[in-house]
Amino acid sequence: MTGLIGKKIGMTQLFAADGSLIPVTVIETGPCVVVQKKETARDGYNGLQLGFKAKKSQRVNKPEQGHLKKVGKGAFQVLREFRSQDVSQYEVGQEIKLSDLFKAGDRVDVSGTSKGRGFAGVIKRWGFGGFPASHGTHEYFRHGGSIGNRSFPGRVFKGKRMAGHWGNERVSVQNLEVIDVRAEGNLLLVRGAVPGSRGGVLFIQRAVKGSK
Amino acid sequence: MPELSPGETVRVHVKVVEGEKERTQVFDGIVIRISGQGSRTTFTVRKISYGVGVERIFPLHSPRIDRIEVIARDKVRRAKLYYLRERSGKGARLYEEEGQAT
Repeated sequence: MTGLIGKKIGMTQLFAADGSLIPVTVIETGPCVVVQKKETARDGYNGLQLGFKAKKSQRVNKPEQGHLKKVGKGAFQVLREFRSQDVSQYEVGQEIKLSDLFKAGDRVDVSGTSKGRGFAGVIKRWGFGGFPASHGTHEYFRHGGSIGNRSFPGRVFKGKRMAGHWGNERVSVQNLEVIDVRAEGNLLLVRGAVPGSRGGVLFIQRAVKGSK
Repeated sequence: MPELSPGETVRVHVKVVEGEKERTQVFDGIVIRISGQGSRTTFTVRKISYGVGVERIFPLHSPRIDRIEVIARDKVRRAKLYYLRERSGKGARLYEEEGQAT
């Protein structure tokens, strides 16, 4: 069992039969081509390297051209490896479609790169309250306040929430419910939100935890 | 789904579940607002019930809506008919467009 590579299309909403609303994210998922097979005997682990979305061959550098030549399916925008228990049923050059892996009711984990927010202060990044706008506050409006005590403990604790770069990092959301699989457009509809902006690359795998 | 527009008097048939039985409830009044677009569209129906103004917001594409009957289509000059809330009796009525049968 492997995963698939997808592209976030955006969010919308669907109605359930009882009239309740389901917020869904639409992900264009696959089809992905098996570019390389990793096997325990040769590589020390089992896995598949998958390619997603065709790319012009003149945009590919020489080493990558050589890597893709054996597959003979053109070049890909995204190449990504997925660990797998058993890869014997897959062959290099084989196309894996969305409907082969997931169906409505399944649970999936979705990983992607979150929206970058740049260098963010503590109010935006951690939801700190800031300081009063009046009553003598002087040049101390959006600060975080104290970051520790005195000579005991004599240091700032690890993980202290402070200003810094926020977003543009890998984020995974676990155990999302698959609401629908629309094979004709390779569309995967999952309940709730997934990381990143529209058009962002996502990795969809069968849920690791708590699947029914 | 029929095309709705503000100023129309409609009869909305809503499916309601009572205990185990499902039946259809009717809510009729004037469409005073259409909000949102695409699958998120909602519309607001206003009526006067026992002297009290009642507004109900429906998602246009909800499967709970059995059907929508348009009873009358009156002339209005705005998209949101909030001014009806401040009026009562004769002043809260809408009039048919002249020379046009509905």
